[in-house]
Amino acid sequence: MSVFLFKRIATFLATLVMASVLVFTVLELLPGNVAQVMLGETATPESIASLEKKLGLDRPPLQRYGAWVSGLLQGRTANSFSYDTPTAELIAERLQVTVPLAALAMLLTTVLALSLGIFAASRHNQLGDVGVMSLSQIGIAIPSFWFAILLILLFAVKLQWVSAGGFPGWAGDDGGGLLEGLRALILPAIALALVQAAILARVTRSAVLDVMREDFVRTARAKGLSRRQTLWRHVLRNAMIPVLTIMGLQFANLITGTIVVENVFVLPGIGRLVFQAIANRDLVVVRDVVMGLVAVVVVVNFAVDVLYAMVDPRLKANDA
Amino acid sequence: MPSPPPMRPAAASPPGGPSRQRTGEAGSAASAGFVGRALRHPSFLAGAVLSALLVLAALVSLVWAPYPPAEIDIPNKLAAPSAAHWLGTDSLGRDIASQLLVGAQNSIVVGVIAVGIGLCVGVALGCLAAARRGWVEEVVMRAADFTFAFPALLSAIMLGAIYGPGLLTGIVAIGIFNIPVFARITRGAANAVWSREYVLASRAAGFGPWRITLDHVLPNIASVLIVQATISFATAILAEAALSYLGLGTQPPQPSWGRMLNEAQTMLFQAPMLAVYPGVAIALSVLGLNLMGDGLRDLLDPKLARRR
Repeated sequence: MSVFLFKRIATFLATLVMASVLVFTVLELLPGNVAQVMLGETATPESIASLEKKLGLDRPPLQRYGAWVSGLLQGRTANSFSYDTPTAELIAERLQVTVPLAALAMLLTTVLALSLGIFAASRHNQLGDVGVMSLSQIGIAIPSFWFAILLILLFAVKLQWVSAGGFPGWAGDDGGGLLEGLRALILPAIALALVQAAILARVTRSAVLDVMREDFVRTARAKGLSRRQTLWRHVLRNAMIPVLTIMGLQFANLITGTIVVENVFVLPGIGRLVFQAIANRDLVVVRDVVMGLVAVVVVVNFAVDVLYAMVDPRLKANDA
Repeated sequence: MPSPPPMRPAAASPPGGPSRQRTGEAGSAASAGFVGRALRHPSFLAGAVLSALLVLAALVSLVWAPYPPAEIDIPNKLAAPSAAHWLGTDSLGRDIASQLLVGAQNSIVVGVIAVGIGLCVGVALGCLAAARRGWVEEVVMRAADFTFAFPALLSAIMLGAIYGPGLLTGIVAIGIFNIPVFARITRGAANAVWSREYVLASRAAGFGPWRITLDHVLPNIASVLIVQATISFATAILAEAALSYLGLGTQPPQPSWGRMLNEAQTMLFQAPMLAVYPGVAIALSVLGLNLMGDGLRDLLDPKLARRR
C-alpha cells in the first residue's frame, strides 16, 4: 500500500506543478504584454507602465511564478484588476454558491443514477430496462444548459413557482435564508444532475449486470440467499468499483457544467465570476479561478484513485 | 462542456485478424454481411437517419436557405410560424429555420476539425506509446492523464481571455481535450494487436515498428477509432453549443445553435418556442451520433454486443 500511495502522491504533486506552470505560461507569458491585453488597444503607455508595476510584471517570469505559487499556498493572492480585492476573497465568496450547487447536483445524480441503474439491471431486457436505457440515451444527448432553460420555461414562466434566476443569499436579511437559498439552487442542480445521472445510470446497470454473471453470485444464490439479499450483500459492493471511477471522471464535467448552468440561472458563483472576469479582461481572476478549478479536478481524481485501490485490493498488488 | 465524456470509450479490443488478409470475394461478402446486420439494427438505423439529416441540413444550407440567416427584418420580429417563416422569426426578425439550417454547418465544421485534431495527434501518440513501450509509453500516458485535468471549457476560458472568444478558440479547446481520449484508446487497442502472433511473425521477418504499425496495427484498430470518432463528434457538438451559449464560441453574424439559445433566453416570456427549436436540433444531432456510435460498436465487435 505504501508504494502505491507514494506513486500516486508523486503523480498528484507533479500534475499540480505542471498544471500551475501551464496556467502561468498561457495566461502570463503567451499574451506578451499582459497589461496591454488587460487595458485594451487604446491604453496609453503611462497606464500600461503603471499596471505593469502594480501587477509586478517588471520582474523576471520565474520570480513571478514563484511569488504566485507561494502566495496561492499561503492564501495570499494578488488583487483583482476590476474589483481591487484579493482574488482569494472573491473566490471564497463565490464558492458559497458553487459548492452547495455542485454538492446538491452530485447528491441528486448519485441517488437518481444508482436507483435507475439497479432497477434497469434487475429487469434486464424487460420493459423497465429498455425504458430506463432509452431515457438515459435521451438524457445524454440533452445539453444541461438547454435543460436548464426548459426548466425555467416550465417552472418560472408557465407555472411561476420560482423566479427565473438569481440567488437571495444564505443570510436571513434581504429576503435570503437557508430555505430560500436551497430553493434557488434546486432547478440548477436538477439541470446539472440529469445528464450526469444519465451517464452514471448506464454504467451502474452494466456494472451490476457484469457482477451478476460472476461465479460467487451463483454460489450465494445456491446457498439460499434471495435475489434481493444477493444484490445488496454481494453484487452492489463489487459493482461500485467502476461506478466510483466514472463518478470521479464525471467530476470534471460537473465543474464545467456548474460554470455553464450558473450563467443560465444568473447565480453569483465561480462561473459568473470567471465570465465577468473575461468580459473585464481581468486575467488575474481568470488565472486564479482556472488554477483553482484544475486543482479541484486533480485532487478529486487523486482521491478516487486512492479510494479505488482501497475498494479493489488487486490494484495495489499490481502496482506495488 | 462539456466534455464528454471520456467515460464512454469505444471497446478497446481489436476485432479479428489482420484486415489485409481479407481480400476479393471474402471482403465483399463481409461488407454485404455488415450492411445486412446494420439494416437489422434498429438503434444504428435510427442514429444513421438522424446523422444523415444533420449532414443533409448542412449541405442544403450551402446552396439554399429560405432567407439569409443574418438578414434583419424588424417589422417581422417575433413572427409566429407561417408559410413564409416555417418556424417564425427571432427578436430581430431573422428567420429561425434558416438559422437552424446554416447552424448545422457550424456544428459539423467544429465536430470534424476538433475530432480531426484529437484523431491525428491522439492516434499518433497512442501508436508511439504502443510501439515503443517503456518510458515513452509512460510519458505519453501521463501527459494524457494531465490533459484530462483541463476540460474543454477551462481551456476555452484561458484562450478566450487572451485571444478573445471565437470559433477557432472553441475548436482548439475541444480538439485539445480530444487528444488524450484518442491517445488512450489507441494505445489500449494497439497493445492488444502488438501481442498477436501475426505481429510476432512480422517482427521475425525483420519489419520495423513503423511498418508494423502501418500494416497491422492501424487497419486492425480502425473500427475502434471509428466508433470513438462518432461518439467524440457528438461530444464536440455539445461542447461547441455550450461555448457558443456562453459567448466563447461562434460569433455573430455566423449562426450557431448555442448562441441562438442564448439569445432566446432573453425572450422566454414573449417567445418561449425560440428556446425550444435550437435545443431540439442539438439533442437530435447528438442522439443520432451516439446511437450510431453505439450501433457501430455492436456491429463491429459482436462479442461486446452479446455481453451488453
